[in-house]
Amino acid sequence: MIAKRKTPREIFALGAEAVVEGALLAGCSFYGGYPITPSSEIMEAMAARLPKTENGVFIQMEDEIASMGTIIGASMAGRKAMTATSGPGFSLMQELIGYACMTEVPLVIVNVMRGGPSTGLPTSPAQGDVQQARWGTHGDHSIIVLSATDVQDCLQMTVTAFNYAEKYRTPVILLLDEITAHTREKITIPSPNDIEIFSRLQPTMPPEWYKPFEETVRGVPPMPPLGAGYRFHYTGLTHDDHGFPTSKPEEVESAVSRQFRKIDQFFFDIQIVDEHRAEDCEMLVVAFGSVARSAQLAVDQARELGIKAGLLNLKTLFPFPRGAVEKVIGNCKTILVPEMNMGQMSREVKRVNDGRCKVKTLNRIDGHIITPKQILDSLRKG
Amino acid sequence: MAEVTQIIHNYLRHDKKFPHVFCPGCGHGIVLGSLIRSVHALGIPKDDVVLVAGIGCSGRIPVYVDFNTVHAVHGRALTMATGIKMANPKLHVIVIMGDGDALSIGGNHFIHAARRNIGLSVLVLNNFIYGMTGGQCSSTTPQGDWSTTTPHGAMEKSFDLVNLTSAAGANHVARGTTFHVKTLDKLMTNTLTKPGFNFLEVLTPCHTQYGRKNKFKNPVEMYKWLKSTAMPLEAYNKLAPEKRGNRIPIGVFQEREETPLEVSYENMRKQLRGA
Repeated sequence: MIAKRKTPREIFALGAEAVVEGALLAGCSFYGGYPITPSSEIMEAMAARLPKTENGVFIQMEDEIASMGTIIGASMAGRKAMTATSGPGFSLMQELIGYACMTEVPLVIVNVMRGGPSTGLPTSPAQGDVQQARWGTHGDHSIIVLSATDVQDCLQMTVTAFNYAEKYRTPVILLLDEITAHTREKITIPSPNDIEIFSRLQPTMPPEWYKPFEETVRGVPPMPPLGAGYRFHYTGLTHDDHGFPTSKPEEVESAVSRQFRKIDQFFFDIQIVDEHRAEDCEMLVVAFGSVARSAQLAVDQARELGIKAGLLNLKTLFPFPRGAVEKVIGNCKTILVPEMNMGQMSREVKRVNDGRCKVKTLNRIDGHIITPKQILDSLRKG
Repeated sequence: MAEVTQIIHNYLRHDKKFPHVFCPGCGHGIVLGSLIRSVHALGIPKDDVVLVAGIGCSGRIPVYVDFNTVHAVHGRALTMATGIKMANPKLHVIVIMGDGDALSIGGNHFIHAARRNIGLSVLVLNNFIYGMTGGQCSSTTPQGDWSTTTPHGAMEKSFDLVNLTSAAGANHVARGTTFHVKTLDKLMTNTLTKPGFNFLEVLTPCHTQYGRKNKFKNPVEMYKWLKSTAMPLEAYNKLAPEKRGNRIPIGVFQEREETPLEVSYENMRKQLRGA
C-alpha cells in the first residue's frame, strides 16, 4: 500500500494532471468517462492512478452519456465521482446533468473547452461553453461553474469543485481551456492535512424519519449512500420531499425554489475571484482561465504606462459573482472583457453593470490565445 | 393466495403510491409480482436491492416498491446501474426497462453492458410498442404490425433480444411471458442469482396501445395469444424448422460462467496493490 504523504511535494505537471491530483486529494474514488481531445489526459491519468488507490474505480464507458450516467450511479452509491470531457461530449451530457440537478446528486464534470460549434477546433483553445455550462440542460435549475487560471489553480479548483458538489448536493462544472489543461508547470501538491475537504452530510435520524429532499435550514438535505438502510426513490420527475413524483403546484414550487435557494443563499461562500490592482483602477479587465493570465501581464504593463488598470479574475463563473464586479465598478470608466468566444461572459458583465460604465469587448475565435499585447492595446485605446 | 398477497404487501409502498398507473390487462404488475416473490424466496434484504428503471410504463414500476429505487432518464438506466454496481458490488442491482428504453434509445448501452458482463439482473418488459408515449413503433414491433408511427404497417424488422444479448456477451439469457407465471418465477429467481450480466426478456401485453389496434379484441385475447404462441425452448428446438411458424420459444437460452466485470476489476486492483 502506498503511504499517504505527510508533507507537500513538488511535481512538474500538465494542467490535466493537476486536475487528477486535486480530485484524488478531494477524495474522488470513481471516474467514468469517454476520451475526447483536449481532455483525454485527465482520463488517462485517472486510468493509471485510480485502480491503485484504496477503493478507486475507473471505467471507460461507451460514450459521454453513459459516462454521466455511471458517475450519477456511483455518487448515489456514496462515491465522490467525476468525469472529464470537451465540447461535443459536454453537449451529450446535458440531459443527465439536468437529472443530477433535479435529484441533487453531487458530481464534478470537467470540460476542457475546444473551438466549436460541432467538432470545431479539436485541440485549439476556446472559451465557447460558458453559457452552455450555465444553461445547457433544459428547464430552470441552479448550478455551480468554476474555472482555473494556471496549473496550480487546476489542482486547487478541482478540490473546490468537489467540496461545493458535496456541500450543496449539486453537479459542479469546472470549465478549463485547452491552454490551461495543456500547460506544464511546477506545482505544489499540498499534504492532505493542509486542505479542507468536505463530504456530503449523512442522515442521523432513523430511516423512517428521513426525508431525502426535506426542506432544511441550509436547504441541503443529508444524502445516504444506496444500501445504507435509508430506502427512498430517486426520480427526474418533480418530486415531493419524500422523493415521490408530484404535480401539486405548491409542492412543485417549493421543490424547485429550494434547489435554487440552496445555492443562492450561500453566494458569499461560492463566489471566488482574484483581484489584481483593482482597488483604484479606472479600467477594469474582467477575464477567466488562460485569458486572465494574459490580462495580468497586460495590466502590469499598462500601469507602467500610467494607465490605472486592474484585473478581476473570475474563478467562479456561475452563480455570476455579481457582488465582486459591482464592488469595483464604482471607480471605473471602462470595463474590458477579453474572451475566446463571441461575448458569452461580457453578456453577464453588461447585465450587472447595467449601463453604469462603458463595457468593451475583445473577442477571439480563431483558435488562438488572446495575448497580453492585444489586451494592452485595447487598454491604451481606453 | 392470501399468503402470496401478504408477501407482496410487505414489499409495496402501499400507503404512499397507490392506486397505480397501469391499464387493465397490463402485464407489468405480473412481472413485479414475480420479482417480489423471487426476492422474498431468495431472502435478499430490501436494503441490498437497488431497482433502477428508465422511462415509460416500466419506468414507473420502482416507485411502488420499498427497495432503493431509481427512476432514471430514457434509455440510460443501464449506465446508472453500471455506476452503482461498480461503486458497490455488494448491492443487488436490478434494472427494469421497456423494449424502447432498452433497445432503441438505450441500444448502445445495452450491448455494451452485456459485453462487459457486469453483474446486473436486467429485465426487459417487451410489449412491442411505446405504451406511455402513445403507441408508437419500437425496435421490437413485429414487421407488418400497426402503431401510431407505422399506420401502414411496420416496415422494419424487429430485434430478437435473446440472440442479440447472447451475441453481445451476456452470461445468462432467458425469455418468459406474463402468461406462464410459474415459469416466469423460476426464470426470475435464476436472473437474480446468477453472476454476470443476467438478462430476462418478458413478453407482456400492452392492450391499450398494441393489442387494441392489432386485432386483439380484449386483454384476455392477448393472454390467449401468449399461451398459444410461446412454447418451451426444448420442445421448440425439437420442432422441424418448417413447423415452427410464429411460435416463440421461452426458457434459458444462454448459460456461461465468465467472470463478471466487477470481480475481474477487483482482482486487478488486488494485483496492483500487491494484496
